[in-house]
Amino acid sequence: MRIGVDVGGTNTDAVLMRGDKVLASCKKPTTSNVSDGIVAAIETVLGTSSVPASDVRAVMIGTTHFTNAFVERRNLLDVGVLRVALPAARGIPPLIDWPEAFLAEIGSHCEMVTGGYHFDGRLNAAMDERAVAAAARTFQDKGIRSVAVTGLFSPVNPSMEERAAEILRQEMGDDVAITLSHEIGRIGLLERENATVMNACLVDMSRQVVASFRHALKTLGITAPFYISQNDGTLMDSGMVERYPVLTFASGPTNSMRGAAYLSGLQEALVADIGGTTTDIGMLCKGFPRESSVTVDIGGVRTNFRMPDILALGLGGGSLVREQGSGITIGPRSVGYQLTQKALVFGGDTLTASDIAVAAGYADFGDATRVRHLSADLIEQSVVEIHRKIAEGIDRMKVSAELVPLVLVGGGSVLVDRDIPGVSEVVTPNHAGVANAIGASIAQVSGEIDRVFSYEELGREAALATATEEAVKRARHGGADPETIKVIDIEELPLAYVPGGAVRLRVKVAGALAFDQEQP
Amino acid sequence: MKLSVEDLQDVGRGAAFLGTGGGGDPYIGRMLATHAIREYGMPEIIDVEALDDDAAVYTIAMLGAPTVLAEKAACGDDVDLALSRMEKYTGRKADAIIPIEIGGVNSMLPIMAAARTGLPLVDADGMGRAFPEIQMVSFNIYGVSCTPLVMTDEHLNSLVVETGHAKRAEDLERVASIEMGCSVILSSYPMTGRQVKETAVRQTMTLALEIGRAIRRGRRADNPVGELSRYLATTPYYSHCRVLFDGKVVDLRRETTQGFARGHCTLQALDGGAGEMEVIFQNEHLIAREDGRVRAMVPDLICMVDSDTAEPVPVEALKYGQRLKVMGVSAPPILRTPEALEIIGPQAFGLNETFVPVEEL
Repeated sequence: MRIGVDVGGTNTDAVLMRGDKVLASCKKPTTSNVSDGIVAAIETVLGTSSVPASDVRAVMIGTTHFTNAFVERRNLLDVGVLRVALPAARGIPPLIDWPEAFLAEIGSHCEMVTGGYHFDGRLNAAMDERAVAAAARTFQDKGIRSVAVTGLFSPVNPSMEERAAEILRQEMGDDVAITLSHEIGRIGLLERENATVMNACLVDMSRQVVASFRHALKTLGITAPFYISQNDGTLMDSGMVERYPVLTFASGPTNSMRGAAYLSGLQEALVADIGGTTTDIGMLCKGFPRESSVTVDIGGVRTNFRMPDILALGLGGGSLVREQGSGITIGPRSVGYQLTQKALVFGGDTLTASDIAVAAGYADFGDATRVRHLSADLIEQSVVEIHRKIAEGIDRMKVSAELVPLVLVGGGSVLVDRDIPGVSEVVTPNHAGVANAIGASIAQVSGEIDRVFSYEELGREAALATATEEAVKRARHGGADPETIKVIDIEELPLAYVPGGAVRLRVKVAGALAFDQEQP
Repeated sequence: MKLSVEDLQDVGRGAAFLGTGGGGDPYIGRMLATHAIREYGMPEIIDVEALDDDAAVYTIAMLGAPTVLAEKAACGDDVDLALSRMEKYTGRKADAIIPIEIGGVNSMLPIMAAARTGLPLVDADGMGRAFPEIQMVSFNIYGVSCTPLVMTDEHLNSLVVETGHAKRAEDLERVASIEMGCSVILSSYPMTGRQVKETAVRQTMTLALEIGRAIRRGRRADNPVGELSRYLATTPYYSHCRVLFDGKVVDLRRETTQGFARGHCTLQALDGGAGEMEVIFQNEHLIAREDGRVRAMVPDLICMVDSDTAEPVPVEALKYGQRLKVMGVSAPPILRTPEALEIIGPQAFGLNETFVPVEEL
């Protein structure tokens, strides 16, 4: 038995799963201290299914808490930024491109020391261990308790970052929080360093949040371990979340897409998660969301870490419908969470996309008599506009010209009732409203490699084999059952302007949690 | 003219456009230039005509893989060293710095160098766009010697190459750059003011800045591609500018041969029409064909921009489903002469085509 929880900005959803069966699900309001909402939601699913807490083998939680805290700059720590890269990259000191508002919160405590590797793993400069120790003492004197360490080409060879961490602990004590960049980001020094600093400023909060989750489960009598989902749809154990909260960024859309894959049984499909204000459209490849290949700005800070490739359209159940000239516009403005007061069918005075779905006869909620006055022409034009918007979003996200199925999840999925061009079939599975919590409950453990290989020296096959083997090793280390580990993504980018067949190779694998071998 | 930190964003976007799909993401270069400007102040940009005929003018560029530069960025001292070594070998103190390549990341390193040294930066370059190899510049085409060529790394190792042939210099420095970590600083084509006047592509820093500004202005007016085209039409060299195709990426194939990533990108018209465009690239875009008919080819510029925002899209970021406008832009006349076409024309890239200007296709 597993429990999946999704803590969103508005609702906290929970599902109780046995094997691949959904035994119970519910939606509760999110509370300001997060854990009360989680307790309420889990109590409800356990209560309605009469399952004792002791039968729960694992709890998986998806949360947007850390993303919101960062963007809103709430409770961020001062961060010691240590870069092991000199003499390289002195021309771009750390934090160079951060908005002032963030620097006011986290400070500008940057130390650069000698060390690092080349792109192919050769030593570029030995690490100046004395300088690392001196930097540690400087941080210590400033009262800093969280340090972000970024080493030159550490995704290729992490040893120097690991050694730096040892020295920092020796100088600053074992309770100093240390974030190592190779655990977070990819090649691209500044972007990886930014993500590392983001993480470092959140570690205090992550300890508190993990403690509050732990407390919530204890209150419920659940002794099973809990996991938190990452933005790539895989899991971290609680110890990992305490150290790497930044990896939860953007896990919300990922969870709903993974849930959609699970509920529909489709591995290659488009998913549209239609909410009250927006529709998130993504593409499932081998059951996982396709990742974005471009750098992502979060709160105005540039990063390069793993993010799902999601197109957000300003269209949802609460979108305002307005007549403009001879045409109709729908969204991006929405009544949002006030849908049940403001929409016409709920007795309000605002024409929304939900009212159109009721008037057109393909949704049945609220009071249909309150939309009887709408002209057939207005209804038809609006229905066409809703489908046109979704069709355009879908067309943008497709990865090939072939027809693919479309899975609809989220409360707003009633808006779609007609065929969509480019789509082979439209699937709305059961439990579509809690797809995100289900996505969290089925999350797997992953391992990833991002490194430059010489195809001319090694050959492509050998390079792929080496990279895959190391990725598998990482997944096993994270707790994946070796029997279930599969390759889910391979990306090969030949390095431009370099002879010798140098290729940047990224391999990602994932497998089920090793202990999660329960009988249905 | 002085460049501000705020201008760098526009210059970077313009340089990415002029990179015609290659040249490397200007972002890291922009950060390097930003830091140098904050530390040393803004560099002065001067017109070619402001140079004395016997002024000593040196180029600054990065050589290697932009992916590596994004990790192992320059340290600054390596830039200073490249210039001081060049001064030592020529026996002449530098009077000004000139970019070798305005397209991509190499638009930014000369700004960094000018800020650090206090030398003026010449508003011109040797390509008016981006090219993959060091012999593919107007300086070489019109008789300036590529060497002495100085390479430096962040450990302040330096290497000087002397050879009579620019292509030979290219082969030598390419091998050495890998040993030096695949991202090094380069100074080459030491020139007199007179040689700059005779061989450079003029006013290209201004061009990059104004392209960036036009896109930004256009976004506010909700017509960035239109505004960009309107601006280009007012320039002396890049005035033949047209949207060759408006479509979405339906196929993307890449293969690596002899160290160069050759790619094919196929776009289909958005309006459901049958038309297709294929763009072949090798670091930069080389040729665009619509239904088999050539619409533009190198050295004219083939630029792909996002249909809505006019953001230049480099070949590394191409993916299925993107909506792009393919623009064909005339190269400056200095790049279209018979002697230029021998070095940067379609046949120099292994294409079996004879160059025809974009305005005649």
